[in-house]
Amino acid sequence: MSKTILEVKDLKINFKTYAGLVHAVRGVNFDLKEGETLAIVGESGSGKSVTSNALMKLIPQPPGIYESGQILFNGRDLVPLSDKEMSKIRGNEIAMIFQDPMTSLNPTMKVGRQITEVILQHKKVSKADAKKRAIELLTQVGIPFPEKRYNQYPHEFSGGMRQRVVIAIALAADPKLLIADEPTTALDVTIQAQILELMKEIQKNSKTSIIFITHDLGVVANIADRVAVMYAGQIVEYGTVNDIFYNPKHPYTWGLLGSMPDLDNDTDELLRTIPGSPPDLTNPPKGDAFAARNEFAMAIDYEQEPPMFQVSETHFAKTWLMHPDAPKIPLPDEVAKRIEGYLAKEAQSND
Amino acid sequence: MTKSGAKKVLEIKNLKQHFGSASNPIKAVDGISFDVYEGETLGLVGESGCGKSTTGRSIIRLYDITDGEIIFDGENVHGTKSKNDLKKFNRQMQMIFQDPYASLNPRMTAGEIISEGFTIHGLYKDKKERREKVNQLLEAVGLNKEHANRYAHEFSGGQRQRIGIARALSLDPKFIIADEPISALDVSIQAQVVNLLKQLQKERGLTYLFIAHDLSMVKYISDRIAVMYRGKIMEIGKADDIYNHPVHPYTKSLLSAIPLPDPMSEKRRQRIAYKHTEVDDSATYHEVGDQHYVYGTADLVKTWIADR
Repeated sequence: MSKTILEVKDLKINFKTYAGLVHAVRGVNFDLKEGETLAIVGESGSGKSVTSNALMKLIPQPPGIYESGQILFNGRDLVPLSDKEMSKIRGNEIAMIFQDPMTSLNPTMKVGRQITEVILQHKKVSKADAKKRAIELLTQVGIPFPEKRYNQYPHEFSGGMRQRVVIAIALAADPKLLIADEPTTALDVTIQAQILELMKEIQKNSKTSIIFITHDLGVVANIADRVAVMYAGQIVEYGTVNDIFYNPKHPYTWGLLGSMPDLDNDTDELLRTIPGSPPDLTNPPKGDAFAARNEFAMAIDYEQEPPMFQVSETHFAKTWLMHPDAPKIPLPDEVAKRIEGYLAKEAQSND
Repeated sequence: MTKSGAKKVLEIKNLKQHFGSASNPIKAVDGISFDVYEGETLGLVGESGCGKSTTGRSIIRLYDITDGEIIFDGENVHGTKSKNDLKKFNRQMQMIFQDPYASLNPRMTAGEIISEGFTIHGLYKDKKERREKVNQLLEAVGLNKEHANRYAHEFSGGQRQRIGIARALSLDPKFIIADEPISALDVSIQAQVVNLLKQLQKERGLTYLFIAHDLSMVKYISDRIAVMYRGKIMEIGKADDIYNHPVHPYTKSLLSAIPLPDPMSEKRRQRIAYKHTEVDDSATYHEVGDQHYVYGTADLVKTWIADR
């Protein structure tokens, strides 16, 4: 059993705005083991980015408020730490990769210096050694001619190469935990595939744990060990990648899976959509936040918030449909058909 | 699916769109030819910088083309045209843009945005009639008439894209160029917009040129697909043929990179890297199947078909 490096308990984050208090993250619980990848999926506004920024204590206060909860990193709670204490952790033990490599790199600084800056900040090494390490990192992330590239500016790199530089910076101090917030969303599919391969390789070599935030379920299937589906500031379904993709229990997860076309989709049928839009989190709805968009909603959904029901040892779903007294709703046809197709394909390839 | 003998709505012949100086031009689109038939959806895919958006913008006259011919409904789009001819053309062809935040004027209400075309073309001069038409359009795209008096910032991304679609439909066009209409939207909203586009196509007999880099969505919405790379179309054919029997190595590489929501197959997936082979002037389009064409020299195409 590998050791747990991160445990988030009942994290609640609010923002003070003119319109009122926004409850952006409303009680999130998850843990992460060494060398594991957890994907957090959800729509924009579901709180996935706020959650990940909160882990690094990157939420500006004010307007942000850590209302409650703990972020236990290697057993130590990060929430009460001061900025000074956090800066020893940021970039060192926990590093982050952002979505847009053009805005996360400094355009006026050579990329080499942007990497050595991190090394010199966190490690006691000479400048020459830091440079050597930076060139090693550039090589590791697959940048050709690293010695020459070391002295170039970000604008001299293509989008994919820039994201590699961002990854090299994130890896500079050998972090235990890597938080990647939509790292491939701005990239082309071919480049995306390369970056995902690179991240998996890094993880294999250095046992880094990864939190991967995305809304692309294809990417999740590719990279994740476990998946947390977020909706309206809460995790609504949580399980291994196989639990979520082959045995989804929450109607929101059904909607997400159904809204993505499949290459074998019959083009004559319409895609499954999730009607409406996410609720306003200044005033979160009573009961299940998803009820208004849920065609299977029951009376209780509008009254009382569902607890996390345990589906299996690894699999949890926050929906009243899992209650023993609830009617048994079969998977929607489109989703069921697709899962059957995947399983059949799998059986075929095993023959 | 395209019926043989279906009417060609749009014919592109050797279109070139170069930018920059004449001595050292950037060849964004470098000699492409294709046809679009009435009532179909042609998907145009490729990585960023391949020239797919430029192609769309050249077709609708947002750029003056460098060379080639664009024939829409039997008429040359880029020929010298009187103001009246241009207006006639603009009514027939409309565009939906990628970013619903940038493509709507923040100082106009949804109703004003949708009816701007009416003012330009002198249609529905009667106020009541105009309001009715705007309401019809709003309803057609899944909004309601109360939305007509709101400004763009009062809408969500998906709703804004619906306004963009209503604007494109306002003049009853035949042909719509949709340039990455869903890539700025959330997954669940993407499906809503794609369903809407399909339904409108059925109701109004629209023809679409659908430009995107999300290949699974393109496969879903398109009848035929053209794959672009470095300003040229590498392969064009029926959507199923492109996905199931690709010939050009670039198409194969692109397809091998699409992540699918199926973790078990993802574990096995092998990406095929693409190495571009420069072709000489003898390269042209070779027919490799029904309505399926591949760009390359005769020898190359032969070897590609052999490893198909």
